[in-house]
Amino acid sequence: MIWALILIPAMAGILAFLPLAERVRRMMFLFTSAIHCGLVLTAWLRPVTACTANGWLAMDDAALLFLTISSTLFFAAALYGIGYLSTDTKAPIRDYLEGFDFANRSERVFIGCLLFFLATMSAVATAQHLGLLWVAVEATTLTSAPLIYYHRHHRSLSAAWKYLLICSVGISLALLGNFFLAVSTTAGQGEEITLLLPILRDHAQTLSPTWLKAAFILMLVGYGTKMGLAPMHTWLPDAHSEAPSLVSALLSGALLNCAFLAVLRVQSVLAAAGLGEFGRGVLLLFGLLSMLWAAMLLIAQSDYKRLLAYSSVEHMGVLAVGVGLGGVAANGAMLHAVNHSLAKASLFLVAGNILAAYRTKDMPSTRGLRHSMPFSALLWMAGILAIVGSPPFGLFTSEIMILKGALAAQRWGVAAGYLAALGIAFGALLWAALHMVYGSAPDMPTAAGKNRETFLSVTAPALLTAVVLILGLWIPGPLGRLIQRVAAMWGGAL
Amino acid sequence: MQALKEILIVLLILLNFRLLGTSRLGACVQTVALQALVIGLLPLLGPNLPTPWIMAMMAAATLVKSVVLPGLVRRALRETGVVRELEPLMGYTLSILTGTGLLVLSHLAGRKLQLPTGGVDQLLVPVTLFTMLCGLFLIIARRKAITQVLGFLVLENGIYLFGIAFAVHEPWLVQTGVLLDVLAAVFVMGITIHQINREFDHIDTDRFSTFKD
Repeated sequence: MIWALILIPAMAGILAFLPLAERVRRMMFLFTSAIHCGLVLTAWLRPVTACTANGWLAMDDAALLFLTISSTLFFAAALYGIGYLSTDTKAPIRDYLEGFDFANRSERVFIGCLLFFLATMSAVATAQHLGLLWVAVEATTLTSAPLIYYHRHHRSLSAAWKYLLICSVGISLALLGNFFLAVSTTAGQGEEITLLLPILRDHAQTLSPTWLKAAFILMLVGYGTKMGLAPMHTWLPDAHSEAPSLVSALLSGALLNCAFLAVLRVQSVLAAAGLGEFGRGVLLLFGLLSMLWAAMLLIAQSDYKRLLAYSSVEHMGVLAVGVGLGGVAANGAMLHAVNHSLAKASLFLVAGNILAAYRTKDMPSTRGLRHSMPFSALLWMAGILAIVGSPPFGLFTSEIMILKGALAAQRWGVAAGYLAALGIAFGALLWAALHMVYGSAPDMPTAAGKNRETFLSVTAPALLTAVVLILGLWIPGPLGRLIQRVAAMWGGAL
Repeated sequence: MQALKEILIVLLILLNFRLLGTSRLGACVQTVALQALVIGLLPLLGPNLPTPWIMAMMAAATLVKSVVLPGLVRRALRETGVVRELEPLMGYTLSILTGTGLLVLSHLAGRKLQLPTGGVDQLLVPVTLFTMLCGLFLIIARRKAITQVLGFLVLENGIYLFGIAFAVHEPWLVQTGVLLDVLAAVFVMGITIHQINREFDHIDTDRFSTFKD
């Protein structure tokens, strides 16, 4: 079962590299993502308790939650991708800033890497051994770097380079963290124990605290780079704005969460060792820093995909703050991970529609969305309202839960910083969205501009937005219970 | 044996300084390869020899790090026709001075982290940190994409030194995975350099269009 989650996309990825007919390859892409979704759904219906491969892979509660997010997003992205690839005319595209033509890379590499990316993300979610987890996280970097460089364009190339280098360096530090953790087992007990999470948690009391703390810091910096916590987030805006929109959606919604899961796995060891307070303090610090840093950069941002990217940095900060506060805020953070992924992925997909029609990412030149593309305009507005945390949507609930946690713990400073960052983001994002949706539309640069809103390109983000809306009104019982159990692993309240 | 070990450790420090001080990229690749070889030799001098199985793993890793990876970088060098790193962001004399500062810093930090085994191994903590910091410094202070890859390799060498020196008994699966990941990373970086070279006829990363914020 767990093997299938990893191996089926990997096999399909290999197949995608074969010279198949375009139609066959696209159907296989969609079909694989549907199978993956189906497998995750069976895990919901019939919980798997058994571990695979000597306990190295297991479908525990946290794995199930994060896999569900990744799988849902991937399915939506696949739906969108089919439409995106079929409207792609293969003709050279004109760059809006520098006025030269560029083409795309082959679809074979694109679909193949997307499927490998899904396989590696499933491995991250289910990995129970810290070494394996490291390998899987690094593998996600390698499989997603070619995706960022889909457009043959020097800005996407430099974004891919930045992503590859910064994330690889970050992850190297996490490897050192793994070694430190291994030393902490010898230093404490004299006997080295394996880095399997359940065993580590059982023996947590015997670990040497100094080495364990150093290991945690290194892993937080390492995986935090990948997660996009400030000040290690510098790769994120470039990669998200230069990648094709469905890739940005997956990076932001699924990949960042996977990296967060890696941090949380280490935090669970710390909590078992009685150092949970230390880990939470550091998380809180990085979280607040990310929120405020991103909020500052959200103001006066003129590229709408970078706007969304910085908003992702901010929301990763929200997650870190939530877990850092513990208690009810940790529950809120887990719920927020679900909500944010869905809303942000939907926004990136809509941004892809806008980019396809207007051919520019510059906000002052993308006015009058409601005239030129009514459905996308509606979804854009709804998505922005959701992401800033307006009431009918799910993010309102989760953000309030985190605030409640801060107030209950009487952390007034944290609450003030949290509210300030959210307030600034609220203003900046809504201001930008209103300007884009209203106003009069400029002449469309291409004749095909009007036909860019296809059925698939609207359905995929609409589905995601609908789920966020539903989650704001009603959280299904099993999901609520799962979130509570997961949050309890890193200090949530049951 | 202990004396030999100390000599090797000093050699590692000197190799790092060579990396900081030279502008010829060919020499840099050579130095990185040599560094990996020295690191591979260290466990053979230890008080207790590793088991044959682990020894084979280490031999394979050393082979990859000292032959295959430098080979990949050398190929990229040939393709791009780059010989020297001219106009680095930070001059070579200044780089060496910074290196001295980093060495002091590593020793100060190394004193905080006491190893359970102690002895001459304790000397390895600052050297590991120093090698890693040198790698990071190369990534930041040089502008050619290839030198940045070399910096990444130096960083990896430093981490590997830590793993090998303290005989962190990662299961072989993890070791293989780590090795494969590094290999793949350098491979993907090589391809990217190739693309950069083909599209723009230069590989200076700071001349990529600068993003505004």
